[in-house]
Amino acid sequence: MLEPAITVHGLRKSYDGVEAVKGISFEVARGEVFGLLGPNGAGKTTTVEILEGYRQRTAGEIAVLGIDPETRDLELRRHVGIVLQSTGFYTRATVRESVEHMAVAYPNPRDPAETIELVGLRGKEDQRVGRLSGGQQRRLDLALALVGDPSVIFLDEPTTGFDPAARRTAWGVVRALKDLGKTVLLTTHYLDEAQSLADRVAIIKDGLIVAQGPPSELSPGRARYRVAYDENGRRVELETDEPTELLHRLTGEALARGERLQNLSVSRPTLEDVYLELTAEAAEQ
Amino acid sequence: MSTRVLLWRQFRFERRLFWRNPSAAFFNFMLPLIFLFLIASVFGHKTKDLNTLVPGISGMAVMTTTFTALAFNITFLREQGILKRMRGTPMPPVAYFGGLLLNAVTNAVVQVSLVVVVGHVIYGLHWPRDWLELALFTLVGVVAFGSLGIALSHAIPNFDAAPAYVNAVFLPMIFISGTFYSTSSLPGALDAAARALPLKHVIDGFRAAIVTGSGLGHHLGALAALAAWAVGGVALAVRFFRWE
Repeated sequence: MLEPAITVHGLRKSYDGVEAVKGISFEVARGEVFGLLGPNGAGKTTTVEILEGYRQRTAGEIAVLGIDPETRDLELRRHVGIVLQSTGFYTRATVRESVEHMAVAYPNPRDPAETIELVGLRGKEDQRVGRLSGGQQRRLDLALALVGDPSVIFLDEPTTGFDPAARRTAWGVVRALKDLGKTVLLTTHYLDEAQSLADRVAIIKDGLIVAQGPPSELSPGRARYRVAYDENGRRVELETDEPTELLHRLTGEALARGERLQNLSVSRPTLEDVYLELTAEAAEQ
Repeated sequence: MSTRVLLWRQFRFERRLFWRNPSAAFFNFMLPLIFLFLIASVFGHKTKDLNTLVPGISGMAVMTTTFTALAFNITFLREQGILKRMRGTPMPPVAYFGGLLLNAVTNAVVQVSLVVVVGHVIYGLHWPRDWLELALFTLVGVVAFGSLGIALSHAIPNFDAAPAYVNAVFLPMIFISGTFYSTSSLPGALDAAARALPLKHVIDGFRAAIVTGSGLGHHLGALAALAAWAVGGVALAVRFFRWE
């Protein structure tokens, strides 16, 4: 079996004695889209920037494509694409010039024109970068990270500040990357983003991973099935692990009284419930 | 691609973008000439004064095109996150910064040439007597001032603060180093300060090369002082480098 694209084991990072990352472990398989999900300040960016080679860890073992990124290995950088939370550009260069200029640093770049098309900037090739909209600049960001044809791509909050249409486009690009067999590690604080893009998600809170798994299977701790109905004009909400049994009892009692359960609803916990519950728990500790 | 090719590509890229800001490019090249015209007029175009002014403004041009330009440029690139982006790519730092430096050096060579040509054509000064010495002092001067500009940028917290930091170094240095007038009767302390700093040595070397032709052998001390600044500047620029 092929080694994982990314391995993180017991990663810790302190800034001036304050621990931002407190011992986290996860693996990302080749071709997988992995989401690091968590609120602001949870340690997502610190973790990603260590994996990108920008920061030095305090402790732990990490490898990207089998190489420790802290060594600043040139060969590794040839196979990694990075989209930072915010980066500036040479604003007087055109879109095409920017992408072509970046391509020459890589041994086997993608075709620049095709890369521009992939991120949805076709027709903007000759526009100065300084005249692009914020969303278009973000797409250019993506193009600059992809033109080297990397096999691992880091996306740090790739859609923060996007309008809904731009988000959909960015999601389309991530899915296209997955179809190309790329490994993607993305951080986000948008639940729906992690849910719809990631094969697996790690929820990170206060420097610790509090849950990890495919979005559909993230086991809800206390976040159980929720049964709700109206009684005497008041909303009653119940939580249960056994909705069948509870519903049987509730409906049986109602029938026996000759009443109906008004506005009955049964909902499965969403990732949002899990996320809110888990991050709340971690905060209580 | 090899580092050398990448450096060249970066240089070409920087040149192309430099000319895309035509008004800035124009004033960049006109500024030393404006100084030359104005001050030559103030002094009434006397050859004695022009013999001070042409090498002085050439030396100032070396400083503005390398020291000032790179301190601004690197601070801007850092603040914009462009340095951080470059660091995440396989672009070798030597190629990237080499391209930036070569861009600055090109501007230095163009400005020094403009001042020398104007000095000859308009003010009737002799052509430089020692081209080799002129080239040598330009070379060591751009390395010293270029690296010091990069080193200074490490101390500049943000781009808004850059003019204050740069001028705090640049203005006193041009006033005590004999840029616009002879400093042969400078008070002792200021004279010592000027001799300790690099600009005076560039201007002295230029004066020897352009005006007196007294020979490189008489200016080895100036060259050595400048070379020491170049070594120190490179060490500071590398040692304290900040990507973000």
